[in-house]
Amino acid sequence: MSGQTTGTAALSQTVTVDRARLVDYADASGDQNPIHQDAEVARSVGLDDVIAHGMWTMGAAMDVVTAYVGGDPGRILSCTTKFTGMVVVPEGGTVEVLVEGTVRKVDEEAGTQTLELTVTSGGQKVLGRCQAVVRL
Amino acid sequence: MAAFVVVGVCRAPPGTRTVGRDGRTDPVRLARMALNPDYAGREYPPAGPFTVSREEITSFADAIGSTGEAHRDPQAAQALGYPDVVAPPTFAVRLAQQCEAQLVQDPAAGIDFSRVVHGEEGFTHHRPIVAGDVLTGVLHVDRVREAGGHGMVTTRVELADDDGQPVTTVTSTIVVRGES
Repeated sequence: MSGQTTGTAALSQTVTVDRARLVDYADASGDQNPIHQDAEVARSVGLDDVIAHGMWTMGAAMDVVTAYVGGDPGRILSCTTKFTGMVVVPEGGTVEVLVEGTVRKVDEEAGTQTLELTVTSGGQKVLGRCQAVVRL
Repeated sequence: MAAFVVVGVCRAPPGTRTVGRDGRTDPVRLARMALNPDYAGREYPPAGPFTVSREEITSFADAIGSTGEAHRDPQAAQALGYPDVVAPPTFAVRLAQQCEAQLVQDPAAGIDFSRVVHGEEGFTHHRPIVAGDVLTGVLHVDRVREAGGHGMVTTRVELADDDGQPVTTVTSTIVVRGES
């Protein structure tokens, strides 16, 4: 990991999500918005189906970053994202989300790297300007 | 932004207006949107205290699909130098949302929650959250503005421990979709 230069591909992992996981996330996070659990409610507000919490996707992506820094969550100093797309989760289905990251910046003096993450589902980008600053 | 596609793109008024500390407001358009621009700059009393348990941390880790040992095994966390199991990097949202409720559930703020989508989120960790932490959160409304017919509200929650030391800064932007 150390010694990597800007633009280097750093990580790539596929994570999965299904309806049961969204119920677990709703309980664990406290975000009980029904559009993440109930297709009828989701459709009533103009969605095609239940969608994953944006924060589920961010959380799953940052877990990939945690593994990248040796499983030490304290080495993620900051992380940020925009929510630009939706992960639709159909009943009975398992949806794949691809998390890829490249090193955008290396600060040797501070001992940090800035990672830029590309997070896609079905080829569509779901997070925008997603970055994490990690301690090496 | 795809988030806007949910209801289709609303009438897009030209330009973007900012309301808040600079004092520029457009009451007519804001009235249509019903967001209260006076809330920009507001600071709330501390919310909490929130006592963080091992179970909360592990449940959150499970829900995001994490198998990380530091989130579930106290010995693994101690081997990394922490007093107890360590929260995932986005765990603080659980606490921040409870602080943000003070604003979102305030009718005078004019936030129609049925029209809210999440725009942005960010975490700055002054130190990681660990099980046993007793945290309080101070909610700040940093910005209230209009863009493309939608209302946007940016909040910041400063989480601190029981010694008053900063732990995590959580920033969030919600988009209140305009009436199309």
